[in-house]
Amino acid sequence: MASEVYSMCFMCSVRCPIKVTVENDEVTWIEGNPHVPGIEGALCAKGSAGIALLRDHERPQYPMIRTGPRGEGQWRRATWDEALDYVAGRLGELREKYGPRSILFGERTNLNTHISKTFMKAIGSPNHFTHDALCKGSVNTAFRSLTGYNDAQVGVDYANTRHIVMYGRNLFEALEIKSVNNLLSAMDKGAKLTYIDPRVTVTATKADRYWMIRPGTDLALNYALMHTIIKERLYDAEYVRRWVLGLNELQAFVEPCTPQWAERETGIPASEIIALAREVAEDKPSVVFHYGYRGSHRPNEVYFRRSMIILNALMGSIEAKGGLFIKKGLQAVGRSDLKKYVDQDFEKITEPRFDGSGSDMFPVADASHGNPQMLAHAILNEDPYPIKALIANRFEPIESIPDSSTTRRALDKLDLIVAIDIHFNEFAWYSDVILPESIYLERGDSLQVAAGLKPQIIMRRQAVTPRYDTRPGWLILKQLAERMGAGRYFPYETIEDIWKFQLENTGLNIEDFESKGFVSLSDQPILWERKDGLKFKTASGRVELVSSLFENAGIPSFPPYEPVQAPEEGTFRLHVGRCAVHTHVSTQNNPYLNELVPENDLWINTVAAASLGIKNGQPVEVSSSRASSKVKARVTEFIHPEAVFMLHGFGKTVPAQTRAFGKGAGDALIQENISDRVGGSPALDQTLVKVRPAS
Amino acid sequence: MSRYYLLQDQKKCIGCFSCEVHCKTYHGLPLGPRLTQIITVGPRMVAGVPRMSFVFMPCFHCEDPWCVPVCPTGAMRKRPGDGIVYVEPSLCVGCKSCITACPWGAPQWNPLTGKVVKCNYCMERVDQGLEPSCVTKCVTHCLHFGKASELDTTRRERFARSVAFELMNPSPVR
Repeated sequence: MASEVYSMCFMCSVRCPIKVTVENDEVTWIEGNPHVPGIEGALCAKGSAGIALLRDHERPQYPMIRTGPRGEGQWRRATWDEALDYVAGRLGELREKYGPRSILFGERTNLNTHISKTFMKAIGSPNHFTHDALCKGSVNTAFRSLTGYNDAQVGVDYANTRHIVMYGRNLFEALEIKSVNNLLSAMDKGAKLTYIDPRVTVTATKADRYWMIRPGTDLALNYALMHTIIKERLYDAEYVRRWVLGLNELQAFVEPCTPQWAERETGIPASEIIALAREVAEDKPSVVFHYGYRGSHRPNEVYFRRSMIILNALMGSIEAKGGLFIKKGLQAVGRSDLKKYVDQDFEKITEPRFDGSGSDMFPVADASHGNPQMLAHAILNEDPYPIKALIANRFEPIESIPDSSTTRRALDKLDLIVAIDIHFNEFAWYSDVILPESIYLERGDSLQVAAGLKPQIIMRRQAVTPRYDTRPGWLILKQLAERMGAGRYFPYETIEDIWKFQLENTGLNIEDFESKGFVSLSDQPILWERKDGLKFKTASGRVELVSSLFENAGIPSFPPYEPVQAPEEGTFRLHVGRCAVHTHVSTQNNPYLNELVPENDLWINTVAAASLGIKNGQPVEVSSSRASSKVKARVTEFIHPEAVFMLHGFGKTVPAQTRAFGKGAGDALIQENISDRVGGSPALDQTLVKVRPAS
Repeated sequence: MSRYYLLQDQKKCIGCFSCEVHCKTYHGLPLGPRLTQIITVGPRMVAGVPRMSFVFMPCFHCEDPWCVPVCPTGAMRKRPGDGIVYVEPSLCVGCKSCITACPWGAPQWNPLTGKVVKCNYCMERVDQGLEPSCVTKCVTHCLHFGKASELDTTRRERFARSVAFELMNPSPVR
């Protein structure tokens, strides 16, 4: 007898709503939730491949405790009680001897983050961090500096846009299904897409205008756009007068940034820069300069992100139909927010964070996410204090933080490494204990508020029983906390208990989610009134081009532009990105996805390759100051001569992942760990590499 | 004769390969056989902009199929009611004659069973009034399944919109 379960995908972090068909406790079919506009059954390759993840025997099947040297793959099977007792016992000893601050917890932000934060507060450590900064720390900081909101609180009204400009925002391969369909339908109605990237992506091939910009010079382009927009008074004067502070300072700053100046820096003709400024202005405010998430990750990234957001402000497109919008949550529809366990009363933690996030190292970064790229530095140098244990939940420091070798060396120094994960990834394989998590089809999770123009609450519901001896993360943390004398902060037994607690003040019940898997809280899009109703969260209540957040920290809002030097011959900027069938570092071993894209290769410009004697398909050696790796060359005219490109997340070294093992090159191995100290992101596209034919 | 037609609207296709996985998971296929495949052509420059083409290649369910008459066991067959060309696995002996015969490479080899598999438009789904899995779950809904006699007008309409005012206005209107 088949049944249908509405739930939420977790093959990537987009979390599309899904409908799962279950027969005799087996998943027979997964499709996108047919009730959701923009989804209507649609599911990506990763989403369908969830069935293979469920059945995969190449994932951790029971708790494991290491018996040999780290990373050697020698394990013994443990019961849950034994493994939890062991971890809690070791954490207790370390907490006793070195203080709770010596324990770190890293994760990818997920639906249960309010529970993992509860865990860290309950054991008294300030050191909860997420993967966020590695991806978009500088986007977050740029938004806060200008609007008071972080990037997660802002969205793009793709469906109604008239012109969208994307800088390496490879939307058609990043594959947020709803966004893709909304943009395609806008384009079908005549919206224009301008795409700027040193490399031709799928998105570039769908664009009305494509510019192969010189790597790292996007900021110069944007300053020239601002120069033109201000000089020709193309901005939304009424909006800017009412909502934007600092136009005079901006005008003075971009005065020398002429399109002719930008042409020399970017390689884009001045006349085309001027044409774009005029063309976009014609459609204001229903225009978008997309602010995220790839593209030009350099040490000055935060100023690049700010420049895109400022262009939106000049167009009056922040909180406009077809522009950007501030996401509306439950309070916007007159309901109370979901309750969070992390809002309980805890003993106050006064210790500083291990990563200097929000203080000395990254003064204006978002300390609620932290800066994981400081992990190795903090451990190796005991700066600011000794670190002894790391627990990571679906967070993979070895492949996500640049310079894998140094990360491994730092891990060597730890007394305890615990992986709460669903994969035998590089980190889990290097850990002391694996606490295997049930996958999304085998568990329910905390409810998600999908804030937006029409706020919704979405439920991930368990579809089938766990295939192996695994548990949900929220249960693992509760059971660890109980063993460490902190069980009182986890007053639940089942996922239904968690849901009831979350919904307590909202006027909604679990049953409300049964028929469609989500609850819609508004029929109409909620946009604030533009004359007096915009609620910016800066000190001034306006968009602050001269940022009080920055100025108060002694950080300039408009530092002088530093020209980008061309790399010498045979040397390139290493750029990284993704394709439509893989998620970051986590799907390379999935049978179906591995079959489609089993390895990465190195895109290199035809002319550059010829001068180095490199032929298409030939193995080449890519070397940085950190490491060398071998990978096949893809010789193409569709990448700028100053850059080479590889897909993120390949070059696996864990033999238990037989399909992905040894295929392609790992980008994190080669990358140097350099950061944008203002924004908080690592400069993922900054590393210089030499390329030569492999012998 | 085959009543059905599977249309790919290339303008909306983003080459995400999802259809291939929808197909493989539904049919429970191992590594190797691809009942449908997206063939990427390009990128190349077209009128000053880079373009890629993603060509969707399932079985065309020919009215007069090459694969059926060459099958010595009668495993490759055409449904009389609606013309779907499919393999009856209990009769397939793995001789691969159909693979040789098909001009488009539609019949595929299943190394696990030692038999041929091919696109059958997910006929159990069609019989339930549903669409093939690749169509139902296509990310951009660029795949359309229907009767060949009820031709889709999407492309004609799009073309008409793009040229509608060309003669009335000296500058292009979108």
